[in-house]
Amino acid sequence: MPTAADYADKIPNNVGLQEDLRLQRALESWQPNFLNWWDSMGPALPARDVYLRTAVNVGREGWAQFGHVAMRDYRWGIFLAERDPGRVIGFGEHKGEPAWTKVPGEYRSELRRLLVVQGDTEPASVEQQRNLGATAPSLYDLRNLFQVNVEEGRHLWAMVYLLHAYFGREGREEADDLLRRNSGSAESPRILGAFNEETPDWLSFFMFTYFTDRDGKYQLGTLKESAFDPLSRTCEFMLKEEAHHMMVGTTGVDRIVERTAALMVEHDTDDAGPYGAIPLFVIQKYLNFHYSVSLDLFGGETSTNVANYYTAGLKGRWMEDRRADDHKLTDDGIWVDALVDGELAQTEVPALTGLNSDLRREYIADCQGGVSRWNKILAQAGLPQRLKLPHVAFNRKVGAFAGIEATPDGALLPAGEWERRQGEWLPTDVDKTHVRSLMRPVRERGKIAAWIAPPRHGINGRPFDFEYVHLA
Amino acid sequence: MGDDGERVSFQTCPEQYRHWRLRVDGEVATLAMDVAEDGGLRAGYELKLNSYDLGVDIELHDAVQRLRFEHPAVRTVVLTSAKDKVFCAGANIKMLASSPHSWKVNFCKFTNETRNGIEDASEHGGQAYLAALNGPASGGGYELALACDYLMLVDDRSSMVSLPELPLLGVLPGTGGLTRVTDKRHVRKDLADYFSTKSEGVGGARAAAWKLVDEVVPRSKWDEAVAARAAELAAGSARPADATGVKLTPLCKERTDDAISYRYVRAELDHDRRAAAITVRGPDREPPAGPEGIDADFWPLAMTRELDDLILDLRTNETGLGIWTLRTQGDLALVLAYDKLLLEYRENWLVKEVLLYAKRTLKRLDVTSRSLIALIEPGSCFAGLLLELALAADRSFQLDGVFTGTGHVAGPAAITVTGLNTGLLPMGNGLSRLATRFFGDKKALDLVIGQVGTALTARAAAGLGLVTFTPDALDWDEEVRIAIEERASFSPDALTGMEANYRFAGPETMETKIFGRLTAWQNWIFNRPNAVGPDGALRKYGTGQRADFDRNRV
Ligand SMILES: [Fe+2]
Ligand SMILES: [Fe+2]
Repeated sequence: MPTAADYADKIPNNVGLQEDLRLQRALESWQPNFLNWWDSMGPALPARDVYLRTAVNVGREGWAQFGHVAMRDYRWGIFLAERDPGRVIGFGEHKGEPAWTKVPGEYRSELRRLLVVQGDTEPASVEQQRNLGATAPSLYDLRNLFQVNVEEGRHLWAMVYLLHAYFGREGREEADDLLRRNSGSAESPRILGAFNEETPDWLSFFMFTYFTDRDGKYQLGTLKESAFDPLSRTCEFMLKEEAHHMMVGTTGVDRIVERTAALMVEHDTDDAGPYGAIPLFVIQKYLNFHYSVSLDLFGGETSTNVANYYTAGLKGRWMEDRRADDHKLTDDGIWVDALVDGELAQTEVPALTGLNSDLRREYIADCQGGVSRWNKILAQAGLPQRLKLPHVAFNRKVGAFAGIEATPDGALLPAGEWERRQGEWLPTDVDKTHVRSLMRPVRERGKIAAWIAPPRHGINGRPFDFEYVHLA
Repeated sequence: MGDDGERVSFQTCPEQYRHWRLRVDGEVATLAMDVAEDGGLRAGYELKLNSYDLGVDIELHDAVQRLRFEHPAVRTVVLTSAKDKVFCAGANIKMLASSPHSWKVNFCKFTNETRNGIEDASEHGGQAYLAALNGPASGGGYELALACDYLMLVDDRSSMVSLPELPLLGVLPGTGGLTRVTDKRHVRKDLADYFSTKSEGVGGARAAAWKLVDEVVPRSKWDEAVAARAAELAAGSARPADATGVKLTPLCKERTDDAISYRYVRAELDHDRRAAAITVRGPDREPPAGPEGIDADFWPLAMTRELDDLILDLRTNETGLGIWTLRTQGDLALVLAYDKLLLEYRENWLVKEVLLYAKRTLKRLDVTSRSLIALIEPGSCFAGLLLELALAADRSFQLDGVFTGTGHVAGPAAITVTGLNTGLLPMGNGLSRLATRFFGDKKALDLVIGQVGTALTARAAAGLGLVTFTPDALDWDEEVRIAIEERASFSPDALTGMEANYRFAGPETMETKIFGRLTAWQNWIFNRPNAVGPDGALRKYGTGQRADFDRNRV
């Protein structure tokens, strides 16, 4: 059995792992399965080492230590934000009571379910992205991909830690199942639909990290409010890393738009496709797709489960402490999207059952930020074209608008017309083939593919032509 | 009145009876009901006309127990009234009308158990019960008589047997009446239907013709006829004439708000977690060589009496403790030694009484509306008689391996199936707990029976289906804590209903019908406005006003 010092080294942590025999044993038996999973389902491109950021503690310096490491030997750590011993529950029927340091038996199943659903997305995205390394546009981008991958792996560790530490035998079984389900598998797929789609190209990857990781950010934000303190602290720390993943997405799309705009201006054309870039309308279609499937991840407009979670104190609202209300919501109402007499409209429901809508609205407002930023790039290039978020009713499979079809502008469409016209708004096979045709790997340091602009800055003050990845 | 009153004690003895007179005369004992009007357990009602409350039934229960253990020679018990013009008017209506629901339910349950105990005495204990109805027996009074083997009714044109609950009170004869009239006395259902809606009841020759009683006797020949029947009933008994009984000495019991302890049984009451932690200790000495050595200190008897009293105490006085954990502690080998003695001498009258008492006590556990969780830890002794506790539980946890650390010296927890587990301690459904557990799966049952005598550690026990979960030392505390907390968070009513269903797989018997069908319907009616609403029949009874029913059938 490894000594205490070994432990801090092997599994960096701030949860007292060296003293917790039970947890050590649980994690020790899980770790080989994790590594097997990483080997078979993690990044497919062999790399000797990668310039990675590793968290070794939660402090200012410790959370981001850089260096070249072999991904398999990445030190998957377990970090919770610092504990606030005076923390009280901020909402629901237990509002004002001390936060829980253990799982109350009463809420065990619900909490476990929440953890499993969240935990399932972490390895899922690694699986979805496993083949992207083969077509990376630069070593810099390849490194970013791997950074996101190892951190999603660490997020999985964080969730597994909670399952192991607080949910006993059932928790361990769930932790094993997190490795048994696989993205896109017919036998045992990942829990959420959006996590079973392959990420086939780099435009998809950036869109995914911008839109779908952002869903993760909002889910984590609600769990950060949880009365169950270890969950709250875990999520707080994960949010820090999640912000970086979204930056990869934001700047990735920035650079694609920048390159496309430059070619549009240079060739005075609407369609930069023939000049080796991704046409702006294709970018818009990918945006439409990723945004709409991410909206689905928030679930139906109303949910009694989520209402129960809130009342029990398991899952709060985004920025719960900034809300000026009673944080119990038993008497409040909220307007949510609905079909009324076949028209896109809204209806009022009890605030508790409408919490999904509340969260989705916060998310939508946040998404707009990136779109504005990309439009600024277009404006600076002197172009009149603009990107935009489609209407909430567009391409929805979940919720009030699941049964109808609408244009990105929110005009209702008969089913037949949707069938005929959806290629105007969603990526067609031709679009995808074109994008894929551009995805040729560039592995020379300092070089970059023609469809994307180089980044403004390197990683950790390193130049763009730094050798971020040593390939095997 | 009800569970907010003073704690109810179930311990008494004939010297302290207020409501019964017990006289033993050779092979016949007479148990005469003589309820003290001012002797109610709670204030607010008078026990007129030999009507009863829980206190009256506690004494009856005590008398029935003592007759079995202290009076080996008694072969017939004549149950009669010491009052002039009435046998028994049934449960006191004012008491029922003013009691909270939980009190009514618990009261009826105990009453039912006492009546089943009477039937157990005659069916298995060789003590026949003769109901000598020397005056009207109505409602619960007639139900009490129905628990007896032979019913005699005085034929004086005014003494009737009746079940007036439905027409007068808007409830059911819920302590076995509806069940025993048809299933035990074989009264035709149309006659039973008519009888149960006719508040004044049926008497004389018609009562006998309808099989409501066995015999009607004129006043002039009453004493003589009762004596003759008592002697006839005694003739069939196998009870020994020359044996000495065992005096049921007072239990050593200490009771505080947070703990109840006896010599072998202890319960810690955790009101915050709504749980009672019960520990039953195994024997502290070798068993006697044979039945001659049995006295009130005989471990199986002493332990059973304590457990019985504990169950009654917790059920009545601690309704907020919805979860009982069951542990045992002691020397497994000693438990097995006692088991061996019980098995070997099971035909001896006293050993038989001990086994029958254990059976009744375990049945009490089966019908207890609390979640039962068995915790099988190192140092425990779940074997034979005590294994029944784990088998009665809704779930069980057996530690895989041992506890480490200072103070933990015991080896791995093991359980042992013995010959006592395969039929001598049946449940209300007539099957052993093992047969009920593996109902419809003879292969699984045979595998378990094939392991009789083997000490089964966690994995083996779980493999055989004898325990539910087998956490190891690292998981134990947390798994148990979570199981208890989760259980405590569910609806107590739904848990009671679920447990009452799952616990009784297999066939219906009169007992399961009484505790299942009859009780469930009665408890439903007890919650309905037609009975307990401000205008309900139970509330209006005795006010001179009529009940105002919601006429819709549900
Ligand atoms: Fe993540
Ligand atoms: Fe992420």
